[in-house]
Amino acid sequence: MSKFALNTALPRYLRAEQERIEGIARGYGLDFFPVVFEILSYDQMNEIAAYSGFPSRYPHWRWGMEYEQLSKSYEYGLSKIYEMVINNNPSYAYLLEGNSLTDQKLVMAHVFAHVDFFKNNFCFRSTDLDQRGAIVDPVRRPERYDPDRRWIDKMANHGARISRHIERHGINKIEAFIDQCLSLENLIDPWAPFSGRPPPRNEEAEAEDEPSLDIYRLRAKSYMDDFINPEEVLEAQRKKRQEHKKPERRVPEQPERDVLKFLLDHAPLERWESDVLEVMREEAYYFTPQRQTKIMNEGWASYWHSKMLTEKVLDASEIIDYAENNAGVMATAPGRLNPYKLGVELYRDIEERWNKGQFGREWEECQDLDTKRSWDMRLGLGRQKIFQVRALYNDVTFIDEFLTPEFVIEHKIYTFGFSGRNDRYEIESREFKQVKEKLLFQLTNFGDPYIRVTDANHANRGELLLEHQHGGVDLRADYARETLAALVRVWKRPVGIATRLENKPVLLRYDGKEHSMTPFKQ
Amino acid sequence: MSLKIDQDHGRFRQIVRGRIRQNLRKYISQGELVGRKGKDLVSIPIPQIDIPRFRFGDKQRGGVGQGEGNPGDPVSADDKHPGQGQAGSGEGEHILEVDVTLEELASILGEELELPDIQDKGKSKISNAHDRYSGIRRVGPESLRHFKRTYRQALRRMISSGTFRPDAPVVVPIPEDKRYRSWKTVTEPVANAVIIYMMDVSGSMGDEQKEIVRIESFWIDAWLTRQYKGLESRFIIHDAVAREVDRETFFHTRESGGTMISSAYKLCSQIIDNDYPPDEWNIYPFHFSDGDNWSMDDTLSCVEILKGQLLPRANMFAYGQVESPYGSGQFIKDLKEHFAQDDRVVLSEIRDKDAIVGSIKDFLGKGK
Repeated sequence: MSKFALNTALPRYLRAEQERIEGIARGYGLDFFPVVFEILSYDQMNEIAAYSGFPSRYPHWRWGMEYEQLSKSYEYGLSKIYEMVINNNPSYAYLLEGNSLTDQKLVMAHVFAHVDFFKNNFCFRSTDLDQRGAIVDPVRRPERYDPDRRWIDKMANHGARISRHIERHGINKIEAFIDQCLSLENLIDPWAPFSGRPPPRNEEAEAEDEPSLDIYRLRAKSYMDDFINPEEVLEAQRKKRQEHKKPERRVPEQPERDVLKFLLDHAPLERWESDVLEVMREEAYYFTPQRQTKIMNEGWASYWHSKMLTEKVLDASEIIDYAENNAGVMATAPGRLNPYKLGVELYRDIEERWNKGQFGREWEECQDLDTKRSWDMRLGLGRQKIFQVRALYNDVTFIDEFLTPEFVIEHKIYTFGFSGRNDRYEIESREFKQVKEKLLFQLTNFGDPYIRVTDANHANRGELLLEHQHGGVDLRADYARETLAALVRVWKRPVGIATRLENKPVLLRYDGKEHSMTPFKQ
Repeated sequence: MSLKIDQDHGRFRQIVRGRIRQNLRKYISQGELVGRKGKDLVSIPIPQIDIPRFRFGDKQRGGVGQGEGNPGDPVSADDKHPGQGQAGSGEGEHILEVDVTLEELASILGEELELPDIQDKGKSKISNAHDRYSGIRRVGPESLRHFKRTYRQALRRMISSGTFRPDAPVVVPIPEDKRYRSWKTVTEPVANAVIIYMMDVSGSMGDEQKEIVRIESFWIDAWLTRQYKGLESRFIIHDAVAREVDRETFFHTRESGGTMISSAYKLCSQIIDNDYPPDEWNIYPFHFSDGDNWSMDDTLSCVEILKGQLLPRANMFAYGQVESPYGSGQFIKDLKEHFAQDDRVVLSEIRDKDAIVGSIKDFLGKGK
């Protein structure tokens, strides 16, 4: 089953550990896909990490860049990758050869929790290949849930597809186009898989249900035609048809957030171009759930590795090594928010609150600090609650619902910003409201701007018009210009984006030669 | 072990090479690479190669952190770009450090400045013998046994003699099947070259002038090293008298006093006499000064030494005149007068750091 030329199967003592930890994890109620562990040397690890966990991807220089950085920081001793796990059914996880046994145990426990998260968090339903992306209710699952998530194969197929195009058209051409597509990679609609709309791929030709505009004639010999199909009747038919013909449709009818899909459907792409674009889009959607649940996912895995290791897995001699490593993972640095730390603490906080009954209206309305401090209704609902949370939330809703003022104080969370006056980053506030706002701002749409396609025939010249839903922060101008250039490359006509710069509505437009910025009203 | 990533890594290196080439002039004139030279590698900072996307502008720089401190306190004293962690999204300008070998850097320089390969004077007498494994033979020591060929031979024999059974594919080589690697001894002429750097360190040469010399000689060194195996460098500094020094001293000494250029040329000629027989060596004297010489007489004796002793033995003679506020800049004019017709003498005026690139091209563009 190995994906590599080398033998990457676990040695026997690690297999035994795996079985033991797997049993412990199940005992705690974790529910995961089968997990295949492989053991890799550091350069294999770096390679796979550069391919974001997959043994095989399409050829592109940025994996090489990633690889160079990873290997360099490993060689200089700055960082090393302990574990990697891919959302696949069965899941693949990698252990680094030469790590201590304690480390390997930690990684295994961590991995099982990740895989439990992959399987149970609703966001990841969009990666079920057998659902074809049309999931209306992500929470409802079949009895024995065993989805098709063979993404390793799919990514490898993508690689083969792109390689074929490279053989035909040359690496430079394809790679340049991939670069353009990657510029647009974030222009997708994270919720599209749950909108119940048809699957993203529409290979099957859309059914043509528009009536043909030909007029119905009775069969007749030519010299009889004038009598059997008199001109008046034909004329009447023509009129009727005209009336029935739908008014000119606006494209798109609704503003469309899935810009990539829109381009696939409407841009004048050559075969290879649309194939490449489609690959890029599918992969962008694959990675979306992981970006939506970074804090939750890492928090969940850390919660469980810590619980399993300290309660069941380790013996006394290993605990110090474990604690040291765990402390490294949980470390916070000024100006950084460690998703592992924030996540794990939030889960613990939720567990405690639901154990003690610190939720609901009564709790919210209680003003007396003393009562609140000693509030304990001994409900014991904590464990149940966090299992529910891991299934039904993503980072945004997780923070929105469970971040409390007490938590912010206890964990010394602050917001910071750049002070132009002092030319440095400074702490701005420790107020709960500001902290929460900033956190949510960063997490909402992954901290990217909301952008939609509004018109494919702007100014009746076949120009593409996008709209940035300005929420108070301007676009970065130089990047916007280059992204427009990438769009022009795909759309092959001028492209504009309506946005606001310094409080004025403007249209940034690129026609393939020149960038322009004009006031914009609509 | 060969990795799949190698191909992608190669593509990335190509892109990096392109970036370096684009910015080469900047790197050269800023001289920042000179200080970043390790043993064989130069580490070059290039802006992170980034994929542009629609994203928010700088105003939202900042984020959420965790730890001690009051509002208004700096987030951290030394780190100007926090927020590169997962949840922070303040993107600083990321700098990517890439390591490039000196040789590659030199070839980038060569491409960018369109420098011709140097034509060896054809005097190389010294040659170097080494063994190269290039063939296969039937006898040899076991340590050189070629496993694959041996196996193939055995397989071939067994199939043709009908002893191979596909259901039990055991292949047993007999001594006649064995194949061994064999080698040839090849001799290659070794090109030998020496650069003799001479620099005026009299009072009028300031730090900036020396910096220019330093940068320029770094690149000349890099280019010639690529062209010749076994390049040697010698260093001479002079004011009114000349002496030979090591590299370190060459770049950092500051003397004061008068200038007698002929003293350096004499010393240069002596060094050649003693160590570098011209029929075996490619000789490159480079002289840098601010163009101020003590007297016309001395200039004349310089010309004489050049004509009589240096030029006949050297591949070329390069003179770079660095502009300084104190120098008269007369020397280059005198040289021009005497050697206008002689293409073995290359003269270049270096006004400031930006002129270094042009000057390198002047010196090395002839392929001598």
